[in-house]
Amino acid sequence: MRILNSIKIAFKAIVLNKIRTLLTMLGIIIGVASVIAMLAIGEGSKQSIRQQISSMGSNMITIRPGADMRGGVRLDRSEMQSLTFADYEAIKEGASLLSYITPEVSGNGQVINGSNNWPSSIYGVNPDYLSIKAVGLKSGSMFTDAEVRSASKVAVLGQTVVDNIFGEGEDPLGKTIRYNNIPFKVIGVLEEKGENTFGQDQDDILLAPYTTVQKRILAIDYLQSVLASAVSEEKAPDAVDEVTEIMRAQHRLSENESDDFSVRSMEELISTFSSTSEMLTVLLVAIAGISLLIGGIGIMNIMYVSVKERTKEVGLRMAVGGKGTDIMLQFLIEAILISVTGGLIGVFLGLGATFFIEKLLNWPTSVALYSIVVSFAVCALTGIFFGWYPARKAAALDPITALRYE
Amino acid sequence: MLQKIIKIENLKREFKMGDEVVHALKGISFGIDSGEFVTVMGSSGSGKSTLLNILGCLDQPTSGSYEIDGLAVKNLSKNELANIRNQKIGFIFQAYNLLPRTSAIENVELPLLYNSKITAIERRERAILALEKVGLGERLYHTPSQLSGGQQQRVAIARSLVNDPVMILADEATGNLDTRTSYEIMSLFQELNAQGITITFVTHEPDIATFSSRTLVLKDGNIIKDEKNIKIGKAALELAKLSIDDN
Repeated sequence: MRILNSIKIAFKAIVLNKIRTLLTMLGIIIGVASVIAMLAIGEGSKQSIRQQISSMGSNMITIRPGADMRGGVRLDRSEMQSLTFADYEAIKEGASLLSYITPEVSGNGQVINGSNNWPSSIYGVNPDYLSIKAVGLKSGSMFTDAEVRSASKVAVLGQTVVDNIFGEGEDPLGKTIRYNNIPFKVIGVLEEKGENTFGQDQDDILLAPYTTVQKRILAIDYLQSVLASAVSEEKAPDAVDEVTEIMRAQHRLSENESDDFSVRSMEELISTFSSTSEMLTVLLVAIAGISLLIGGIGIMNIMYVSVKERTKEVGLRMAVGGKGTDIMLQFLIEAILISVTGGLIGVFLGLGATFFIEKLLNWPTSVALYSIVVSFAVCALTGIFFGWYPARKAAALDPITALRYE
Repeated sequence: MLQKIIKIENLKREFKMGDEVVHALKGISFGIDSGEFVTVMGSSGSGKSTLLNILGCLDQPTSGSYEIDGLAVKNLSKNELANIRNQKIGFIFQAYNLLPRTSAIENVELPLLYNSKITAIERRERAILALEKVGLGERLYHTPSQLSGGQQQRVAIARSLVNDPVMILADEATGNLDTRTSYEIMSLFQELNAQGITITFVTHEPDIATFSSRTLVLKDGNIIKDEKNIKIGKAALELAKLSIDDN
């Protein structure tokens, strides 16, 4: 009842000073609106970066043999010969968190078509490769599992290779090219992916069945790496653990032996990028937070003036029976009402601003619920914090002096 | 049987001004019975205001006792004093002290807002009743700026009546008003007094004092005169006389 009356009194005071209240609120409104808009922009850019990385195959997991010493010589991972087809089979059978998996062997050589030649890398994979790398075909088709089994001499080319060995307007499909003097029939062309984040041309490749590359080009029977994709980005770390488990069992490693292979996911890359954009978000929020602080000081200022201006009113209220706590509550609630109302307007303004940023500037945005909740809570706290001192000052007034105040 | 509303015994009030001690009230004693209309007079510096503050429970005596409606005020906490002010005393000020831009009825409701026992509906009913009593039943929703000085003081009187106090304390209630309006207000006070309301009226105008039933005169912190008025003037009659003069 008492609190209800205090709210009523405070509300009345606010309504009586509309313009002043609105101007006081402005600081809070701008503060909250900018916090929400900034966070939405930050969150949006984070998500868009994530999406871009995802398109590179963010849930991709790479299994490679570990570097090791052989007779005092450190050997490159690819020469370790410790990753076998049996390992691939075991992972394929045993892992429940993987959706696609392919062996990978690669070699370098010269692609030749008639009088044109071009140095490029050939990757021996299976058809799952396209799904793992999230790449499509521009024309033609991918080789089939049957062609993998029979080690057919067919190849899918990247656009850079096509551009360099075929003349303008020439259709590469069905043509026969030679790679290290082995003839391959071109059955497909990959979609252009451009350069990756590290500046590598992702189109400068040839894809062929891994069996073909193993037998015809590299003359090896082991695998250089296994690529897989986790069922989802979130499940990638679990999938890494699962594959590690299978590989340790497969290689019969005892507890105290360390892994002789490595399993990596793209998650690390993502977290690097995310942390960059997170930093940006923190910066934006800090700026917005400062404006909220300034808004709070504005409230304090106005409450201070308001108490001074209404000293006589405070005296009267005390004379007719208002206690210190009543007076305190009145001014405190007034401050909270101003800040919370300002916060509410700020939330809507922030949402509106976010909407326009997305529509007009085409920036990716994403409004997080927590940004609304947090900025709103901060508002209420600002009201309490900055309303406290003036309210206490009012409550501590002596009724006699307050009544005589001019 | 008359009931004692106010009982004051050897009341002293001292203020410390630096090293000096100012004796504002030097041990005064008196009582006020229910239904009395007492004017407290005295020049400035006589201790009038100090007495008013103590009577109104806005201030505490340095020594001596003060009882209002059988309640000893000494040693009460700030909040307990606020409760007494809220429920036993009605204040009227020289400058009306109405809340600006607030309707008459809301101004009158104010004391009841600080009494949690009274519901919103009861509050409104009592405020309307009080305003009707002072003859402003038609102006419930006027704000102070839409009312004349006399009307504003009537709103203030209604506000002092709304909590059914045991005593009304008026501080120079006619000080800001012209003679005619002063008489109007005094006539209202006399009407209320006739209905049994106890009034203590602080003033420095001798002609206002003639309308009360008893006059207390303070000088240098002592009561130098305390006597019942044998011939009580009728403010309504004075007012009527003024009207004749005007014509």
